Amino acid sequence: MARIIVVTSGKGGVGKTTTSAAIAMGLAKRGHKTAVIDFDVGLRNLDLIMGCERRVVYDFINVINGEASLNQALIRDKHCDQLYILPASQTRDKDALTQEGVGKVLEELSKDFQYVVCDSPAGIERGAHLAMYFADDAFVVTNPEVSSVRDSDRMLGLLSSKSRRAERNEEPIKEYLLLSRYAPDRVKLGDMLSVDDVQDILSLHLLGVIPESKSVLTASNSGVPVILDEKSDAGQAYGDIVARYLGEDRPHRFIDEKKGLFAKLFGG
Amino acid sequence: MPTDAQNTPHHAPALEFKSSTFSVPVLVLSSDDFVTIGQQLQKKIQLAPDFFKNSPVVFDVQWLNKHNLAIDITTLVAIIHKAGLLPIGIRGGNDLQNKQALALRIPIYSIHNSLSAEPKKAEAAPQAVAAPNTPTTLINHPVRSGQRLYADGDLIILAQVSAGAEIMAEGNIHVYGSLRGRALAGVQGDTSARIFCFDLGAELLSIAGNYKISEDMRGVARNKPVQVYLQEHALIIKELT
Repeated sequence: MARIIVVTSGKGGVGKTTTSAAIAMGLAKRGHKTAVIDFDVGLRNLDLIMGCERRVVYDFINVINGEASLNQALIRDKHCDQLYILPASQTRDKDALTQEGVGKVLEELSKDFQYVVCDSPAGIERGAHLAMYFADDAFVVTNPEVSSVRDSDRMLGLLSSKSRRAERNEEPIKEYLLLSRYAPDRVKLGDMLSVDDVQDILSLHLLGVIPESKSVLTASNSGVPVILDEKSDAGQAYGDIVARYLGEDRPHRFIDEKKGLFAKLFGG
Repeated sequence: MPTDAQNTPHHAPALEFKSSTFSVPVLVLSSDDFVTIGQQLQKKIQLAPDFFKNSPVVFDVQWLNKHNLAIDITTLVAIIHKAGLLPIGIRGGNDLQNKQALALRIPIYSIHNSLSAEPKKAEAAPQAVAAPNTPTTLINHPVRSGQRLYADGDLIILAQVSAGAEIMAEGNIHVYGSLRGRALAGVQGDTSARIFCFDLGAELLSIAGNYKISEDMRGVARNKPVQVYLQEHALIIKELT
């Protein structure tokens, strides 16, 4: 049985797709057969971030409607043969998603894969709801600013009340906090909420902090998940996150301000 | 709570005694004629069969004993059983009646501190003491933004209440965490209801419709443990010390 992970946030533009691509790649690189599904029907992005947009033939909705088999629609990643992408349909909208259809696809994937990563669309409507409904684990991606934190809080409420696990009274979804686009220097100036502020508001287990980084934009534009850029701080942060998720004990990084050369030399 | 000196600290106790109050109908008897009792009891039960089905009942024979009508408890219990009620106590019995009751494993309740010991009405009537049933709702997970909770009685929350969440109770509200959302106590008009919280950061506080919004709370015990209550229609927020 696969572990189903939803990457969600409520708010848009916080880094859900970047995170989905990175952790799916991270899990696959460690030898776990992983599938990543784009639930953002109508606003398909994951294929771009994963660099497989030219190889899309069939999509998630085709599979739900029985127009294609899962094997026909799954795209094998060119960097890692343990990773498969199920793209969203660009020509349809979220109404094309049905609970029964999504359930069937996830069930079928569960037979073959160890991890299924569901990249949720923004919002709390149908697409986001179905992305999280079947989840075992939730990665809640939050930016260190108040509106993102509140939307995440709302999403956490839905995870604990509107998911299949909640409806069946099973063990609740495991929730993890991923704080992205974090800039310690701006926290210091008081422009940005600190890790402690966010944890105080959400009271959630922190899986990792991803620093604001140019490498994320570069990675997106080149269609290579940022986790493969092992020299970049964001790539390393995602590496840590995958390791911690799999049970490794790694100290948190990127929370404190990077010292410049000048400060290092003079101990400032 | 009894404690056992031999209890080792890492052994979780398998049981504990707690005191609870229950609302139980009391059957106050004013006739010793079993036929009449049986008939009238059936009649009363017909009025609300679901309410009385397997209902526990305490029977009160004080009035009878005062008028020297010593009723036979064994027969009485049989009649009550036949009516579908479950007798769980005797009140106002004499020594013999109490012995009979104990032989049937029915506990004896003392007549003291009961307000309705003396029945006002002369007719044999089961006095169903229907005190309002107000269970306490206990929540031990965070109440997140957008979630709403409603409790018939008291509401106890052992976690935080996020901004954008709304908690409502007909009775009191206790929040053993940060209260950042809206809290409305006594929503059915109970002006004696109170709100207690460990860390005040509420968007709105209300008791029986009298409310204060966050802006009105500036400077008053923010992020402190407080209690909130009504005093002559004014909402008082008082720091707990």
